Amino acid sequence: MSNLEQFRQEVSAWLEQNCPESMRMPMSSFEDIFPGGRNPEMSNPDQKVWCDRMAERGWTVPHWPKEYGGGGLQKAEINILREEMSRIGARPALTSFGISMLGPALLEFGNEEQKREHLPRIVRGDVRWCQGYSEPNAGSDLASLATAAEDKGDHYLINGQKIWTSYADKCDWIFCLVRTDNSGSKHEGISFMLFDMDQPGVTARPIKLISGSSPFCETFFDNAVADKRNLVGEAGKGWTIAKYLLTHEREMISGFGSAPKIAVADMALESIGADASGRLANSVLRQNIAQYQLDTMVFGATMARVGDEAKAAGGLGPASSIFKYYGTELNKRRNELNLAVLGESALGWEGEAYSEGRVSRDWLRSKGNSIEGGTSEVQLNIIAKRVLGLPDA
Amino acid sequence: MALVLNEEQVMLRDAAAGFLAEKATISHLRDLRDSGDEHGFDPEVWREMTEMGWAGIAIPEAFGGLGYGYTGLGLVLEQAGRNLSASPLQSSVLVAATVIGELGSASQKEALLPAIAAGETLVSLALQEAPHHAPLQCAMSASKEGDHFILSGTKLLVMDAPAADAFIVLARTAGAPGDDDGLSAFLLQAETEGLSVAPGKMVDSRAYGTLTLTDVKVAEDQLLGDIGQASKGLGHALDIINIGLASELLGLSAEAFERTAEYLKERKQFGRVIGSFQGLAHRAAELFAELELARSIVLQALQKIDEGDPDLALYASAAKAKLCEVAQRATNEAIQMHGGIGMTDEYEIGFFIKRARVVQHLFGDYNYHLDRFACQSGF
Repeated sequence: MSNLEQFRQEVSAWLEQNCPESMRMPMSSFEDIFPGGRNPEMSNPDQKVWCDRMAERGWTVPHWPKEYGGGGLQKAEINILREEMSRIGARPALTSFGISMLGPALLEFGNEEQKREHLPRIVRGDVRWCQGYSEPNAGSDLASLATAAEDKGDHYLINGQKIWTSYADKCDWIFCLVRTDNSGSKHEGISFMLFDMDQPGVTARPIKLISGSSPFCETFFDNAVADKRNLVGEAGKGWTIAKYLLTHEREMISGFGSAPKIAVADMALESIGADASGRLANSVLRQNIAQYQLDTMVFGATMARVGDEAKAAGGLGPASSIFKYYGTELNKRRNELNLAVLGESALGWEGEAYSEGRVSRDWLRSKGNSIEGGTSEVQLNIIAKRVLGLPDA
Repeated sequence: MALVLNEEQVMLRDAAAGFLAEKATISHLRDLRDSGDEHGFDPEVWREMTEMGWAGIAIPEAFGGLGYGYTGLGLVLEQAGRNLSASPLQSSVLVAATVIGELGSASQKEALLPAIAAGETLVSLALQEAPHHAPLQCAMSASKEGDHFILSGTKLLVMDAPAADAFIVLARTAGAPGDDDGLSAFLLQAETEGLSVAPGKMVDSRAYGTLTLTDVKVAEDQLLGDIGQASKGLGHALDIINIGLASELLGLSAEAFERTAEYLKERKQFGRVIGSFQGLAHRAAELFAELELARSIVLQALQKIDEGDPDLALYASAAKAKLCEVAQRATNEAIQMHGGIGMTDEYEIGFFIKRARVVQHLFGDYNYHLDRFACQSGF
């Protein structure tokens, strides 16, 4: 028996024994996703049990090195773990910003002490992280951020305001862009800092969006304290880390453009019907849907091509620059088509008949896709400048 | 199959790019146009292309070709699109050889394909009868009389007709326009009695012809494939042909776009390079995105041909519809962003929009293929 075959048997046996029955049920709501943290919100106490057991083996983040609490698994082993989990319908044990955003940044830019302090706590789900980037006057022009960090010897004093901080009211720590120096260009003097949210100088207030509630907050710092050992990279060189993470974030958001599970054409056939030739009865709507489905197919082929090129050449080609822009615009088109196809029922906001406004709230929320993580206009600026080499205004 | 080119394909593409950029450029096309050349292409350049094996890229080795598949032919067509290279690569190789490969018997393929691959014979397809592509609407009659057929009717937009040695003519041996059954394909020599070619140039400066058949007597052995059963093989051939044309549109659109992006970096107005104006920069960036999407669907569709994918019709209509859309936008923007100079005949950018519209139209335009894409998708 090969080593991998043996590994598969071990994984399968371990999962069988350790994955609680309730964690093998499909997730039915947002609360079923376990984000970890000091006071985790749970729809079921088994979520914590499942996370603890997986974290014990480092399998909540199987690709991180063992020395930082990860699973230390190779690609083939990670695939086996995924396959075996999916075979029994096991839910992801832990889903967090720490895993997807801060961890990769620390592995790339953090010092040894920072990796040893923070990464294992992310793996165990002990600490829930939020991201402090945007400010009221630094949105698309992120580098003009003004939240100040004043050097006080062994620590920094932080004053200012962040906005669109996801889950700031529920998170334990923040990775935050602050200004440590005002003397140079706006890209210089930015620092990447980590600090505890549970302190008197930090206040977080949820923001209600047009779609109803939201995870976003306004976050205020009034003499908040950040220990100096939690400055990641050099003081004043945080923009490099910020850009690295923004690329990362944009890749995640562009996934919104992948083909949805239920084809909008099937929904339309059900609600509008077909003519004698089998064509959707409304020819104007039919053309809109056809163009959308064509573009979704072509976008899917492009993601596949860029992935294959990356494997063959070892790096993302220029086509990857279109993902955030095109994927989010596609998702907005899909949501508009949902309204056009479903008609009255899509406009419901409350009430069981309208699934508490699921369609309308998703539609409104999708408008933010082409704003958050860099607006479509900023993405087009980036393509024009970096890919096409067009000069600045 | 991974959506990347293999080493052999990269070499083929680079060889085609190098040769066509030297021997079959827009400047050559302009000379052919201005000299009133009847055939619209240079036979010497075509001979060199066939010597390099390009006419046989997609033809199986058993029939005198290279057997590289359609992905290879697509790469050469893309380069032909970039340079607007005039040759029978579309009419005789992409179109006629593919139809013969789909419909012909082994002995017919034996007789025709090696000659096409060697560039010794130029064959062209005579299909269209009305302003728009609608293959099943074919109405030309082929009535059986004794041991032969009598064909009468008119065919439009027959590519390279003035230079063609033979034509594949689609006609009805049974049924009515719109019927699947009853379509038959015949091979007719150009000098057949009762067949006349009225030559014409289209807006792309290439030669086409209107074929008029008046009681043309055709022997049974000139039938390609089974009587009345051409529509399935023809449909599959048309899928391949449209993917090949999408490749040409990709090269044409990419070249028009790249020339335009360069112009945006050179041209100054109001004391600034015009590419620094966001009103132009964003449109250029959007076009870049569309071209990247176009490149993906063309490569995917080409690979689907070579893989023998049963859903080829879906990929073919997706590729042709998308490339019609992108080519239209790229060539329109090319003229607009060049401004006044883009309207002059002296400047080359205007050649792209002219070729684009003809290739878009050939064998079904955006409207035809988006409708077909929806039908193939079940709505």
